[in-house]
Amino acid sequence: MSEHQNNDELRGSSNMQSEMGPDGHPVVSLAEVEDAELAKNESQSRSQGQLIRRRFLNHKPAIISSVVLVFITVMAFSSIGFAGIPGWWDKDYSKAGELINGGAPTLSLLPTWLGGSGLAFGESPFGQDNTGKDYFALVMRGTQKSIIIAVIVGMVATFIGAIIGAVAGYFRGWVDEVLMRITDLFIVIPLLVLAAVLAQMVGNKSGSIFALAFVLGLLTWTGLARLVRGEILSLREREYVAAAQAMGSKTSRVIFKHLLPNTVGVIVVNATFAIAGAILLETSLSYLGFGVQPPETSLGLLISQYQNAFTNRPWLFWWPGMIIVAIALSVNFLGDGLRDAFDPRQTRKAKRRKTKELS
Amino acid sequence: MSTQTHEPATTGTALSFENLSVTFQTEFSDVKAVKGLSLEVFPGEVVALVGESGSGKSVTSTAAMGLLPSNASITGKAFVGGINVVNLPEAKMRKMRATDIAMVFQEPMTALNPVLTIERQLTESLELHGLAYGKEATARAVELLEMVGIPEPRKRIKQYPHQFSGGQRQRIVIAMAISCDPKVIIADEPTTALDVTVQAEILDLLRELKDKLNTGILLITHNMGVVADLADRVAVMFRGSLVETGTVDQVLNRPQHPYTQKLLAAVPRLEAVDISGDWQPEPIAPVNPNRTLVLEAKNLVLEYDMRGSKFRAVDDVSFELARGEILGIVGESGSGKSTIAKAVLGLLPVASGVLAVQGQNLTQLRPKAARAVRAKIGVIFQDPAASLNPRFPIGDCITEPMVVHKVGNRAARIKRATELLEAVHLPASVINRYPHELSGGQRQRVCIARALTLDPELLIADEPTSALDVSVQAAVLEMIQELQERYEFACLFVSHDLAVVDLLAHSVVVMKDGHAVEQGRVSDVLHAPQHDYTRRLLAAAPVPEPGEQAVRREARRILLANDNPDS
Repeated sequence: MSEHQNNDELRGSSNMQSEMGPDGHPVVSLAEVEDAELAKNESQSRSQGQLIRRRFLNHKPAIISSVVLVFITVMAFSSIGFAGIPGWWDKDYSKAGELINGGAPTLSLLPTWLGGSGLAFGESPFGQDNTGKDYFALVMRGTQKSIIIAVIVGMVATFIGAIIGAVAGYFRGWVDEVLMRITDLFIVIPLLVLAAVLAQMVGNKSGSIFALAFVLGLLTWTGLARLVRGEILSLREREYVAAAQAMGSKTSRVIFKHLLPNTVGVIVVNATFAIAGAILLETSLSYLGFGVQPPETSLGLLISQYQNAFTNRPWLFWWPGMIIVAIALSVNFLGDGLRDAFDPRQTRKAKRRKTKELS
Repeated sequence: MSTQTHEPATTGTALSFENLSVTFQTEFSDVKAVKGLSLEVFPGEVVALVGESGSGKSVTSTAAMGLLPSNASITGKAFVGGINVVNLPEAKMRKMRATDIAMVFQEPMTALNPVLTIERQLTESLELHGLAYGKEATARAVELLEMVGIPEPRKRIKQYPHQFSGGQRQRIVIAMAISCDPKVIIADEPTTALDVTVQAEILDLLRELKDKLNTGILLITHNMGVVADLADRVAVMFRGSLVETGTVDQVLNRPQHPYTQKLLAAVPRLEAVDISGDWQPEPIAPVNPNRTLVLEAKNLVLEYDMRGSKFRAVDDVSFELARGEILGIVGESGSGKSTIAKAVLGLLPVASGVLAVQGQNLTQLRPKAARAVRAKIGVIFQDPAASLNPRFPIGDCITEPMVVHKVGNRAARIKRATELLEAVHLPASVINRYPHELSGGQRQRVCIARALTLDPELLIADEPTSALDVSVQAAVLEMIQELQERYEFACLFVSHDLAVVDLLAHSVVVMKDGHAVEQGRVSDVLHAPQHDYTRRLLAAAPVPEPGEQAVRREARRILLANDNPDS
């Protein structure tokens, strides 16, 4: 065999020679190499948050969705104004006006050179309803309310779900049993029925959409609680948690400083899905007449009020419907993007599949 | 055995690499994992590929199996029995696995499917490759189990993986690897997850099999003792390139490359064990009456609650640890050594007996007083990847004990953190970095710094170096020793590695199944063991010198034969 020869060859052409330490000797210790690299590494230190942001910004559907979502939100709040601040749209959503051209939308997007009437908004771009109310103002008002409800539901559900899940997962034993059985109880009762009954009760008392949003939040935390509990169950076995306990940290510090921040991926992703779910839940409830009550309005209520107009005035149905779909879809894509950013393994899997198909 | 379609020529290699390079595309840059590696493995030969983490040894073997992830680009050639497997289509590669190239994995607990019987898993590859079906396959499987030394194979083949011990599971994994008579077996750290006594048995088995089957074995390991015990030739890898190859005698006894020399020097060695029985212990120095006991255990009993029933993990263990001393606790997995560390840290209640830190019995303290005691105890855990919160910058990790115990203001904390970083030889700029930017050894040094933040009286080190590379381990041990001399804390050092304990500790407790079988000064216990179990443990630990290891192997055989004269 040729080991000797091999050895000589290797010693002659070893790439080791190229890696010199600061004192000119070849670096031959792993610890030294690592330390040298660390000292040399001047680059900006990236926290996990920065890495996640970077991956999120590379996720095209999520970025497009964010733009759409921001656009819809800004339109909804700036056009007709909010909380007493006037908007730039001059028509009031509650005032009936004169019906022009049967209330058909005056919005035109087709340029003249394509046979359209040019880019124009006209008097009432989304048309008018049967009493001559400006439908653009009405839809914007509904969008505002739907977004407020969705965000509140998302926040309340996330808060309750994260706390209950973390407490159950951390303490285990009977605490876990009790909390998870309560969670099961919420899950087995059909959500729509429970929400309808409670929303009706709250709605009759106060009539405010905030109360309605709060109630819906109290009902939709179950999924997140289970996910967070599972995550905490595995995280609490990590040694940094044992280290924190061993150095005498209080339970609250262990949960809120060491455990919950490390589940933020699960929490953020599910908060977005909770928001998307809340939009649809509010729409369903309002459509069935259990949610937002007139004179308040919401996207679901608009659809419900004008469902009979579907055949002769389809725009009364299409505009709120399209905005619901746009919001729900973009929030979902946003959630997808966040999930991929927090859990890069998933994107890599998708890539591998692609390359395999090619080969 | 005659099912192979193309017998390798007698001069042909079982596995050979020609100028193999592997590059991974990652999010930020390309990482060159293997740089132009050339290596041959002949039939009936064991070639050990050694190196530390990141040296590319596992990537090399994975390339030969064709199992690299899609972000790897491979150049060069890797021949398995004369066929170049680099960029071979997946379907062809699949046919070659098991029949031409097989693998023994590191972790026998996860290498077997828990929901299938051993029979199903052993016959699977036989049937997939059309070598045997039905009863014939089962008969072959029984034969394989017999070959790897599983008692009563006919009965046990119907059992599930959880009904076997860790060592037996690794035997089954080996049986699966040899089931289709591969030309080459890649053994990726086959004994790393096993206890020393089991490791010795598995090494014996591998040695026996390679002679019997004339298979080439590529042994990937970081343990120089295993290399000395099993390998014919050694190839040393460092940072993706091969720095030295040669026979085991050449490389281990006369290393040429400075890296190999340093690596071998870093391996902690056990001094020769006296087996003749005429060891004269040094006279026992009288116990200094003024010494301050930092940790004391009297008839300590610790129990785990296993869904209603109690499992006694530690039974009637007593020891004393004075200021400035290091007490080693050694034992195999399941001996209860880490449980003691857990109890001292307050992560497990004491069932009965006394466990006192500086004279205060932990069992009788109120929660608030117990928390105050915690400030005097520092801890280093085994896994540096898991023992730092990934969302905390290093500075926050180190100063956390100060925050918990409300010591100092922000400026004082930062000052302390820089001091400690300097003590563990890390640049002060690390303070704003995150744990994922550091290597394992560096993270472990951060853990040491964190343990010392509040000037502890007692340091608990639970296997602090078993997840680290040899040279890094040497640096970390040296650091613990240096800091211990500087700060004079007492240290409870839990480890499975006798050589490390020998190097570091003053006294030692040897544990087995929750009992302390032998304890005393390191120089007595580890060099002239009185108890059979300690002797077996010492005999099973391989040393990185082929000649000496052969002698020890023989000595161990005699020792075991004396123990059970029937077998």
